[in-house]
Amino acid sequence: MKRTAALRAVALGAAVAMIATACASGSGGNEEAEGDGDNVTLTWWHNSNTGVGKDYYDQMADQFETDHPGVTVEVSAMAHEDMLTKLDAAFQSGDQPDVFMERGGGELKAHVEAGLVKDITDSAADTISAIGGSVAGWQVEGKTYALPFSLGVVGFWYNKAIFADAGITAAPTTMDELYAAIDTLKAAGIEPISVGAGDKWPAAHYWYYFALRQCSQEVLADATQTLDFSDDCWVRAGEDLEALVAKEPFNTGFLATVAQTGPASASGLLATGKVAMELAGHWEPGVMQGLTDDGLGLGENTGWFAFPAVQGGDGDPTAQLGGGDAWACSNDAPDVCVDFLEFMLSNEVQKGFAEYDMGLPTLPSATAFVSAPELAQLLAVRNEAPYIQLYFDTAFGESVGGAMNDAIANVFGSVGSAQDIVDATQAAAENA
Amino acid sequence: MNPGATDQATAWSVASGPRGRGASSNAWRKRLEITFFVAPALVLFALFVIVPVLQAGHYSVYKWNGLGPLDNFVGLQNYVQALGDQIFQRSVRNNLTIAFLSIAIQLPIGIMVALLLNRRFRGQTAMRVIVFVPYVLAEVVAGVVWALILQPNGPLDALLDSVGLGAIGQVWLGDPKVALWTVMGVLTWKYSGLAIVLLLAGLQGVPEELHEAAQIDGASWWQVQRKITIPLLGPTIRTWIFLSMIGSLQLFDMVWILTKGGPVNATVTMATYLINQGTDRQQYGYASAVAILLFAISFILAILYQTFFLNRDAGEDKPRRKKVAR
Repeated sequence: MKRTAALRAVALGAAVAMIATACASGSGGNEEAEGDGDNVTLTWWHNSNTGVGKDYYDQMADQFETDHPGVTVEVSAMAHEDMLTKLDAAFQSGDQPDVFMERGGGELKAHVEAGLVKDITDSAADTISAIGGSVAGWQVEGKTYALPFSLGVVGFWYNKAIFADAGITAAPTTMDELYAAIDTLKAAGIEPISVGAGDKWPAAHYWYYFALRQCSQEVLADATQTLDFSDDCWVRAGEDLEALVAKEPFNTGFLATVAQTGPASASGLLATGKVAMELAGHWEPGVMQGLTDDGLGLGENTGWFAFPAVQGGDGDPTAQLGGGDAWACSNDAPDVCVDFLEFMLSNEVQKGFAEYDMGLPTLPSATAFVSAPELAQLLAVRNEAPYIQLYFDTAFGESVGGAMNDAIANVFGSVGSAQDIVDATQAAAENA
Repeated sequence: MNPGATDQATAWSVASGPRGRGASSNAWRKRLEITFFVAPALVLFALFVIVPVLQAGHYSVYKWNGLGPLDNFVGLQNYVQALGDQIFQRSVRNNLTIAFLSIAIQLPIGIMVALLLNRRFRGQTAMRVIVFVPYVLAEVVAGVVWALILQPNGPLDALLDSVGLGAIGQVWLGDPKVALWTVMGVLTWKYSGLAIVLLLAGLQGVPEELHEAAQIDGASWWQVQRKITIPLLGPTIRTWIFLSMIGSLQLFDMVWILTKGGPVNATVTMATYLINQGTDRQQYGYASAVAILLFAISFILAILYQTFFLNRDAGEDKPRRKKVAR
């Protein structure tokens, strides 16, 4: 009897050990081949996972392999949200891909502090100077960590037909003109503006822009570094927002409206002609195309104008709010990774990127190849802007940005004040 | 294991084992068998429940953005911050409201519908299926469909309009004053089915003879239900209340799909708070503290409920029921 028991115990032990090893081998499997010299594999995650964009990136990977014998580029195309989730997990476990997307600001700063991103200041110096000022959002303490390949600005997308029918002939350039347009549209029985306040960040863009108009460039730059919001321009921005909300220009139920998903989203309402305009980034035409049956979005009726000037502000009325995506290398990626980044920012690749409408190229020589007229107009505004402020939530990092966006959404819901936004943001900054 | 070896071993033990030792080794054998069959489950439980809970407890005393080492020890500050946060307090209130209302609304519905469906009529099976369908539907699918139905000027508003009730139309999910009630309505639709099915199953355990006896004694249908059926459903009801309570405290998916906890935090629950204020903001230490609080609240309520209500069912209730049944 004892031997049976012993045998069983051994079997049990073996079973437990097997389970344990199975678990152990599951976690450590993703070792990258860091070949020294001849055979190198670069893993690359991107979010152009459909249509021409995916094909284009696949071609570019092939071409890079041809130009660099011995280098294999392992491409993973995934949906944007999936990519962000996977990247978060990868950063935590420290096995991020060799080439990945960085959105700049506080997020990049955290990655740099954790030693996850390669410093490319010297190794990619030529490309950095070719891109010019746009690279600023991806610098931490004077060092460059990523090369922005697409940089857009936020502005009002509007339905030209609705504007014309309501008798609005010129796009608003000041807040007073915008208010007049809102009144005209309401009188014509049209909901003027859709906003995805359910997702918070689309609502927050309004406050960001008011802050951009109210605060001087020094105050903005200072706040990004020190997270100090004591200047009263921040409160004035909130007061401007309160005035806009009091005007009730937004779609019915905007507090629960989502940004981009489905016909009842803010983008969907604009795409289907239910509202006249929406404040959104350069991605909006693409999003609207996906939300209409014919795949055209607003088509020829797509119009764009920059966020209006605000009276009495310290900020430059032509400064723009924006953001973009950049390619970065993992700190432990092979050196050829930097070559890949420079290749992706080469004239040739950026030109194709522009021609396929995959984004707004950052390389000045490639901007001429953007074909859609409203995007070309947006690009002209971007290129003329004295500075482009990175979205505050990205710039300040997610913990401060999240608290700030919540407080802004509260003002949209009329349960918070201009001062509350500043207080909540400051409190989160001190806690961060 | 090699079967030959086992046979040999068994033969050996049978041959050599005297009676007395056999009994004690039988006990050993039983214990080992239990260990053998329970161990894999225990290992999995430890790996995926105990270890994460302990890890969350560990993270919760650090300020940590998920990157790099845990080196910023802050003690109980995360807990203090969470307990002092108005939105977290609101989420606890919302969870308790949802738990209370779920029981207050779904229990009467469950009992009534179960009693109805327990009577014989044509289409009984079909009715049972229909009633249970919402519960079987995937939460996400149901949530997305409801979000579409409830959108401004959506199907629900159109329906109300067409029957002349346009005036009670609301911005169902976009109005902070209305949203929690709307969510409650969807939850009732979704989860009443579970109460009904459980209670129906409980009703099968109520002996027919009792009904007959009561009827012979002249009890009305209502009296029979009140004095016999419902008391005998006690254990089922108490179990369902337990499930409903824990489910309400941990509510996440339906709220996340319908409102993400909004508008302006009107429908925030502890779980949506955890995701929104914790992980989405890369505050993993804080998120862990909230997770531990959620765990503690659920655990304490579960233990209290076990002690005061469920224990009855495990201990004395069964014999009593037997007596009645006889």
